[in-house]
Amino acid sequence: MTATDTPARIPLVDYLALDPQPHLVAQECTNCAARYFDHRDACASCFEADFKPVDVATTGVVTAFTIVSYAPPGVDAPFVAAVVDCDGTPVRANLRDVEPDPEHVTLGMKVALTTYSLGTDSAGTEAIGFGFAPA
Amino acid sequence: MASGDVWILGITMTKFGKHPEIDSVGLAAQAARGALADGGVTMRDIGILAAGNLMGGGALGQQLQKQIGQTGIPVYNVANACATGATALRTAIMAIKAGEVDMGLAVGVEKLSGAGLLGVSGAKKQGDTWEPSGRQGAIMGLDGRVGTDNMPGTFAQIGMEYGHKYGGVSFELFARISEKNHMHSTLNPLAAYNKAMSLEQIMGDLMIAYPNTRPMCSANCDGAAAAVVVSDEKLKTLSSEQRSRAIRVAASVLTTDPYEVGCQVLPNVNTLTRNAAKQAYEKAGVGPEDLDLVELHDCFATAELVHYDNLMLCGEGNAVDFFESGAAHRTGKTPVNVSGGLQSKGHPIAATGIANVWEICHHLRGEAGDRQIEGAKVGLAHVIGLGSACGVHILEKAAA
Repeated sequence: MTATDTPARIPLVDYLALDPQPHLVAQECTNCAARYFDHRDACASCFEADFKPVDVATTGVVTAFTIVSYAPPGVDAPFVAAVVDCDGTPVRANLRDVEPDPEHVTLGMKVALTTYSLGTDSAGTEAIGFGFAPA
Repeated sequence: MASGDVWILGITMTKFGKHPEIDSVGLAAQAARGALADGGVTMRDIGILAAGNLMGGGALGQQLQKQIGQTGIPVYNVANACATGATALRTAIMAIKAGEVDMGLAVGVEKLSGAGLLGVSGAKKQGDTWEPSGRQGAIMGLDGRVGTDNMPGTFAQIGMEYGHKYGGVSFELFARISEKNHMHSTLNPLAAYNKAMSLEQIMGDLMIAYPNTRPMCSANCDGAAAAVVVSDEKLKTLSSEQRSRAIRVAASVLTTDPYEVGCQVLPNVNTLTRNAAKQAYEKAGVGPEDLDLVELHDCFATAELVHYDNLMLCGEGNAVDFFESGAAHRTGKTPVNVSGGLQSKGHPIAATGIANVWEICHHLRGEAGDRQIEGAKVGLAHVIGLGSACGVHILEKAAA
């Protein structure tokens, strides 16, 4: 981010890449191809310790969800928490841009990655969160 | 009686519920002294103490000794999430199997009344500028922003995932599982709640995390449970009355998650339970069809469903049919949670894994009163600690 005319942005988590288009990046074990969304000291599957970044599909299918009535401070309730199967890689995320009720959220629904603003800090950097919205 | 067998000699649980007048150590002492008296022994006979308490400071065992008897024996303070009680019990059993002692005491206690939603992460402290931290480089708390950490929501997804895989689940189905357990609890005077609830009441109650309403969630409460375990060699030297009430531990198993891709984002309570059940059935030489009753970890109504399948009480994918057939009802083929389960009996975390063994023993001894499952000879107790740990014990009424 060197351009002074573009407000700086920072992803909510380091596995959310914002450019060129928002997508999630998993750390894939170079030995057994197990994928992780957090830093691992070694692979939980094969115990090797070499990982490479891989892009995760930005569309997927909801395989589990819940509609949570009570949110932690700073989070609006109700919200929809879900597991989305992105072409074989399960992803944990909220569902967005959908009414948080069981008439609108269904198992097997097709969704696509979306991003949104989480606010700006005192340096003017905008935090970007992610979720999945009906595709 | 085969050499190497371990037996439950004495076991008890306190009333689950609110105990504002007594602290954790006092509750644990009540259970421990109850178990010793039930087994007809004293602290002088005990060679090891395994103590479970998740929310305390990690030194329950030594504090407890000061109330019930300091004899200098080794104490193991154990913690394994909701499997803490089962882990304490298994620690004492292992010490006997290892030949180090011939009698052990396991205790679990928790004070949870009014604890509210468990599993909610504290909001991350925010400075003036975003600073990535932790293994995900997060700039703020992720609970509620990237899925949910709360327990009702986590287990709701576990039940819904079963529905995605096999079909047949609905809000009403899960609520009917809860209706069964609340009905069972009316016969259990030690349950925190022992009121029957109609399906309408359950579905119309406060929604916590769809599809789990408040009565479909395990009740936070206070309680303790304790067990005295003994080797078969030692049991032979005890009185006929002690021998006649002893219950054989046919299997004691503890497992954790093997690596699976799915459990990296949503805890998997299935594989480790299935693995534990398989090992337990093999060790005990019994099958699910031999079980006269089962106490399984219904921390939420959505969890009970998946464990019918995981414990192989039904064929793979057939948990909905199993429940619909009435099999899990106390009059059914395999009564499940005749104690009322965690949804009504309550879930004082570290006590749960011993209290469910007590429930089974109570029936095998023919001492369960109004809720007695007649002629019960074999039962299974199961707990899950999220993260995960699974404890399975198979208990058998046998001639000692």
